[in-house]
Amino acid sequence: MSSAQIEIQLIGIVVAAACALPGVFLVLRGMAMMSDAISHTVLLGIVLGFLVTGDLESPWLMFGAAAMGLLTVSLTELLNRTRLVKQDAAIGLVFPALFSIAVILISRFARGVHLDTDAVLLGELAFAPFDRLMLLGALLPRSLVVMSIIAIVNLVCLLAFYKELKLATFDAGLAAALGFSPALIHYGLMGLVSITAVGAFDAVGSILVVAFMVAPAAAGYLLTDKLERMLLYSVGLGALGAVGGYWMAHLMDANIAGSMATVIGLLFLLCLLFAPQRGLLAVSARQRRQRWEFAQTMLTIHLLHHEGTPEAEVENRVDHLHDHLRWEPAFAQGVVQRADERGLVRLENGGLYLTDAGRGLATTMLADKR
Amino acid sequence: MNLLELLHSLLFDHTVRTVALGTATLGVVSGVLGSFAVLRKQSLLGDALSHAALPGVAIAYMLTQSKSPIVLMLGAGVAGILAILLLINITRQTRLKEDSVLGIVLSVFFGFGLLLLTFLQRNPDARQAGLNTFLFGQAATLLTRDVLTMAVFGGLAVLLVAVFWKEFKLLSFDREFGASLGLPMARIDILLTTLLVVAVVIGLQAVGVVLMSAMLVAPGAAARQWTDHLGRMTLLSALFGALAGVAGALLSSLGTGLSTGPVIVLCISIIVLFSLFLAPNRGLLWNYLRQWSNRSRLRTEAVLENIYLMSSQHADPRHPHAVTALEAVSGAGNVRRSLEELQRRGLATPHSDNKWALTMEGVRAAETHLQPANKDKK
Repeated sequence: MSSAQIEIQLIGIVVAAACALPGVFLVLRGMAMMSDAISHTVLLGIVLGFLVTGDLESPWLMFGAAAMGLLTVSLTELLNRTRLVKQDAAIGLVFPALFSIAVILISRFARGVHLDTDAVLLGELAFAPFDRLMLLGALLPRSLVVMSIIAIVNLVCLLAFYKELKLATFDAGLAAALGFSPALIHYGLMGLVSITAVGAFDAVGSILVVAFMVAPAAAGYLLTDKLERMLLYSVGLGALGAVGGYWMAHLMDANIAGSMATVIGLLFLLCLLFAPQRGLLAVSARQRRQRWEFAQTMLTIHLLHHEGTPEAEVENRVDHLHDHLRWEPAFAQGVVQRADERGLVRLENGGLYLTDAGRGLATTMLADKR
Repeated sequence: MNLLELLHSLLFDHTVRTVALGTATLGVVSGVLGSFAVLRKQSLLGDALSHAALPGVAIAYMLTQSKSPIVLMLGAGVAGILAILLLINITRQTRLKEDSVLGIVLSVFFGFGLLLLTFLQRNPDARQAGLNTFLFGQAATLLTRDVLTMAVFGGLAVLLVAVFWKEFKLLSFDREFGASLGLPMARIDILLTTLLVVAVVIGLQAVGVVLMSAMLVAPGAAARQWTDHLGRMTLLSALFGALAGVAGALLSSLGTGLSTGPVIVLCISIIVLFSLFLAPNRGLLWNYLRQWSNRSRLRTEAVLENIYLMSSQHADPRHPHAVTALEAVSGAGNVRRSLEELQRRGLATPHSDNKWALTMEGVRAAETHLQPANKDKK
């Protein structure tokens, strides 16, 4: 591995970590699409910052961009509060308008400078190692330094306000009642999202920032119910996606950021299918098991109901279940077989008899109902 | 260039006319389908769909090696429908909220498309992979053939909306009622969403990914302010879309280096702002005026009642009272302005020393006002 390769992967890992931390809260609070809006409108902040300072390297561009992110949030909320449009429409109205202004400003006033819109939208991770700056006596890639700082800021803010964020996310009412201002927490979080989006679009482009913020967090949400673990898993999955994506791009000789987003998407798909509790396979297996268990309980109740009565001869037979419980013959066969294996019923000459365990199950279930 | 010259170029300049026709068609189609998207809270679906179309374009090109618009549009459409199916199923079967799933589908599909495009061209720099067209559209290079394609597909979509008007209306406002009538609401939902995909796909070529989402939201959101009637809203939305399309095409034809897509979006955004403020009934300005007049009416009534109540301590119900005393009982608000309003209506008259009293008519008016309250007390 060349040092450039290592550096690109490091940048990917740091971007993933920095994005996943605020991303978790975006996913939990149902605000994931705000990251899409913010990552587009930061372009306007950068353009305005550039027009004012005339310098693409100026740190004021970052501030302008982050401020524009917050402006996007507050404009969306202002629009939402008029009740004239719904929340989703408010987002869809604000960011394309601001983005269009940015594109027009670039084409009118910033032609010829190195500020092309598709670099902003798509990033240029492959070139990241060439853009270096001196820090503590070492010549480091700029993106790596910037994103590390942002990741640390995110981590520090998260740790400092962990309790408040957690409470405001899961029980906004209680948080407000305890005196935490929901607006302050909201804007604080959105500020972090803005800064992260600004730092990251340089590396991976503004559209794929969304993949780094939302997909690992959503995958983490499917894996666990604990917030701490969700944060850890999201960072881990994001980092894994970044490294895996780098090597896939290397093999295919294709765009690195696109490849990283693809691998992160694949990791999400794996979690979606195979997550232990909430994965689609686990859910459908659970539903199937519950269906069989319910049917077995029904069977024991049916048998108990007719046990010892004259019609038991007719009712308590496998072939009669179709008429009485509307079960398909194959399904009835399956239920009886499973109930037999569990020791709930005995099968003698086509007649069904409850065991003590089966009678016990039926009576407890009936008792619960009353 | 003045307005007349603009109009002249719209009518007689072939290029400008073609572009304007194309963007107007796009405006009509996305206006019609967008009004349903806005009503059904699917405003961001267009955003997700337009990003998700990229891998479809790449795969269509990979399979056919053709760059003809119809092939690429077909690929984009298939990818869009696939994205929607994923979106619906993941949202329904997991605890993830819809916006998270939208974000994932949008960014991962787009990333995958980027990977494929750069892979096809064996060139890791996305900028040379023809992505610019996809991102920002190329309205300025629209040919008559392209406009015809847009008109045919878009016209078909609008025609289908007209044919299934009643069903789509039910779907948007009362899905359960539709289902209880025995209509296949799930299939109607799929049809409407497919038509939305059609609108996105024909718009991509003209305005590109990022701005296509605005074309689906903005005309509908603007039209919603002017009317509560779905038919009028859809017509108005189509009109706004077409207006923005033509205006954008004309403004960018002025040769200032403005690309058409962003200008169209700015035009439609201005229409939205205008509608939000000025639309009768719902508009913010009218709303504010209505609140203001309500407040001043209530204040005037309160002042009337207060003078009456204070005077009822005296033998003459027209006993004058000082403005300062009225201010003390009436609380906040401009008491003098209310008194002047009462004077205009002939209910109160000013006396010397800054004092005011009710006229006979004022006494009667106050009595009728207070009557229900007095009855309650008895």
